[in-house]
Amino acid sequence: MARMKLRKLEEYLQGVDGFEQPKILLEQYPTPPHIAACMAHHMQSQHEDIEGKLVGDLGCGCGMLSIASTLLGAQLTVGFELDGDAVDTFRGNVVEMELPNVDCVRADVLQLIGSKWEKSFDTVLMNPPFGTKHNAGMDMRFLEVALRLANTAVYSLHKTSTRSYIQKKALEWGARGSVVAELRYNIDASYKFHKQKSKDIEVDFWRFEIGQE
Amino acid sequence: MKLSTYNFLTSMAIKGVKVGFPLKLTISKKEVVESEFNPTFVERILPKLDWSAVYGAAQVAELTEDIPSVQPENIGENELLLQKLHHLLFEIDVLEGQLECPETGRVFPITDGIPNMLLNEDEV
Repeated sequence: MARMKLRKLEEYLQGVDGFEQPKILLEQYPTPPHIAACMAHHMQSQHEDIEGKLVGDLGCGCGMLSIASTLLGAQLTVGFELDGDAVDTFRGNVVEMELPNVDCVRADVLQLIGSKWEKSFDTVLMNPPFGTKHNAGMDMRFLEVALRLANTAVYSLHKTSTRSYIQKKALEWGARGSVVAELRYNIDASYKFHKQKSKDIEVDFWRFEIGQE
Repeated sequence: MKLSTYNFLTSMAIKGVKVGFPLKLTISKKEVVESEFNPTFVERILPKLDWSAVYGAAQVAELTEDIPSVQPENIGENELLLQKLHHLLFEIDVLEGQLECPETGRVFPITDGIPNMLLNEDEV
């Protein structure tokens, strides 16, 4: 499969349906198509971590990153998501876009440690809940699971303010992390408590190499 | 749900369950979705597969003529078998059915292509 161009990828991703009614407790912010496209494109063009690989997406929501991975030629992408409405939308997106090679499993990401998925994925990618609301530290719990499930690399987004802590924890968990890019992550006014129309937060795009202590 | 995904699913998160694998698969509706054959990938995923689950899936999907009951040696040199494994693992999409825990009998439904592995709080 010829590699899809970045702009084409972003165009396709703009057709991915997002959360109908985002749930605040699950921090359901959709990954913007532009960011998802840039992330997936970087993984493939710089590290060849997508094409022909087994890819996992933790907290996949409606499937933005899973679908980006599939469009770039992943052999199989498996998304894991807790929320029933999100998995229905995920499936709707996959059927509508007629995508092969992509599955969604409704499961609690935190229960995947110790399962047969450990070390099974070549690449794990995710846009985890940042853990800023009622679930402090949730992104770190997702990261720990991701590092256990991947055998080569993990890609993730985390708030820039937690950078040095993440670096340290990743090392403890047997992975070397590096910040690929600093993003201004635009969160639309999805929830009532956002007074401004939209709010930018500073987010790091990370790559973690497994087994590089 | 592809049968490659099925190969990784367990019920071990249930309290008291020791192995929880392989789950007993029932298919009531499936479809075939064509996907590009990549022999290198099929060969690479083989060590991660449990042949008893693969053969069990082949039985349920009515493809036992394609898949031997015992894992043959040197599968990598057998392109025809790799192709049949590709079909079984990546092209059969289970739309409706269920997965049953071999130890507790707990049923996980597969609805509209999505296996629901969520447990209630009192089960973990």
